[in-house]
Amino acid sequence: MKKQVPLLKEFTKGLWEINPTFKQILGMCPTLAVTVSAINGIAMALATTFVLFFSSLLISLIRKLIPNQVRIASYIVIIATFVTIVDLVMKAQFPELSKALGPFIPLIVVNCIILGRAEAFASKNNPVRSMLDALGNGAGFLISLFVLGSIRELIGSRTILGFQILPNGFEPWLIMILPAGAFLTLGLMMGFANLYIEKKKNLERESLIAQYQRVGREEITDEVLKEAGV
Amino acid sequence: MKVSHIIAALTIIGIIAGGSLSLVNNWASPKIALNQKAETERAIFLVHNDGKKYEQLNINGLEVYKVFDESGNSLGYSLVHSGNGFQGKIKIMIGLNEELNKITSIEILEQSETPGLGTKILEPPYKDQYKGLTPVPSIKLVKGISPENPNEVQAITGATISSRSVVAIVNDGLAKLKSVEIKGAQK
Repeated sequence: MKKQVPLLKEFTKGLWEINPTFKQILGMCPTLAVTVSAINGIAMALATTFVLFFSSLLISLIRKLIPNQVRIASYIVIIATFVTIVDLVMKAQFPELSKALGPFIPLIVVNCIILGRAEAFASKNNPVRSMLDALGNGAGFLISLFVLGSIRELIGSRTILGFQILPNGFEPWLIMILPAGAFLTLGLMMGFANLYIEKKKNLERESLIAQYQRVGREEITDEVLKEAGV
Repeated sequence: MKVSHIIAALTIIGIIAGGSLSLVNNWASPKIALNQKAETERAIFLVHNDGKKYEQLNINGLEVYKVFDESGNSLGYSLVHSGNGFQGKIKIMIGLNEELNKITSIEILEQSETPGLGTKILEPPYKDQYKGLTPVPSIKLVKGISPENPNEVQAITGATISSRSVVAIVNDGLAKLKSVEIKGAQK
């Protein structure tokens, strides 16, 4: 019997523990391509979350009806339907944003995060858990893209979300809004994330060893004392 | 798992997906068309500031609009023309007077030039050089020196290819429009 994870955990795990960008390293293409500015990152992440949420929900609802042999084909059709809906709605309601994100909205169809969560989670769990999992992963993706977009926008064009932060005397680094800037920023962010994880692990290990040693020493001391007593 | 079950599952998913998409499309497509129309109109009047009305001319392969002011007097033409830039297509709206011998102004509609260098073609120091330019016999690009003749445009330092592309596209569009006009007159 599988151990039941608390419902809240299904949501929060997406924020950091299995963060799509930093832990699963999925969806790198849109992550690198659209994060020239914070607003583009947010829009991309929201569109992805929308698709992720509804496709996870639907796939989870009909998971027992889909024959195993054609499950991937079915998932792709379902995902593509939601992506096309998002694309059409954005073109109709937010033409500027749709133009800025260009071909990356239709490309959500092949975003590994969505198919990954469908295959790894929604096809095996009930709708409530799948919805929470989708929202968590979407939120994790949103945080990553927002931070990445903000850093690139701040150094590349002095602003965050269009508000000027750095003074005019600061010469914007062109490289940050070029593709190379995306690789540099993402690489550094992943490096620091790994450094943090490593540090945390080391601390845990040390405290465990310390605990063990304390217990160990006491036992040894007892024995030594006993022996000494005998 | 039976084959019939597989076929049935895929068919049902396909039908539902197609049906819902057609519903969304019915709602969205008039709005999308409206957005595109508004964008073209905005661009047409950008190069003819006094323009209030316009009509599209049917000329083979060219997107040309005749622009009128409030009282219906013809102001000239707005020509949409595109060509290759440094990295991708550049699409330009060119405003022309009635005789096709003066450019009112130009507006870059689409481009994918290098940010910070090639994208300077969007900025007034370069773009405004086209205001009142006389493209006779054609526009010439000069480098390093200030333009002396009324058909000269100065290149952007560090973005020569982008500057040259804009000149080439405008010249090409003008040449095509003129040849069509002449043919039309001969008929």
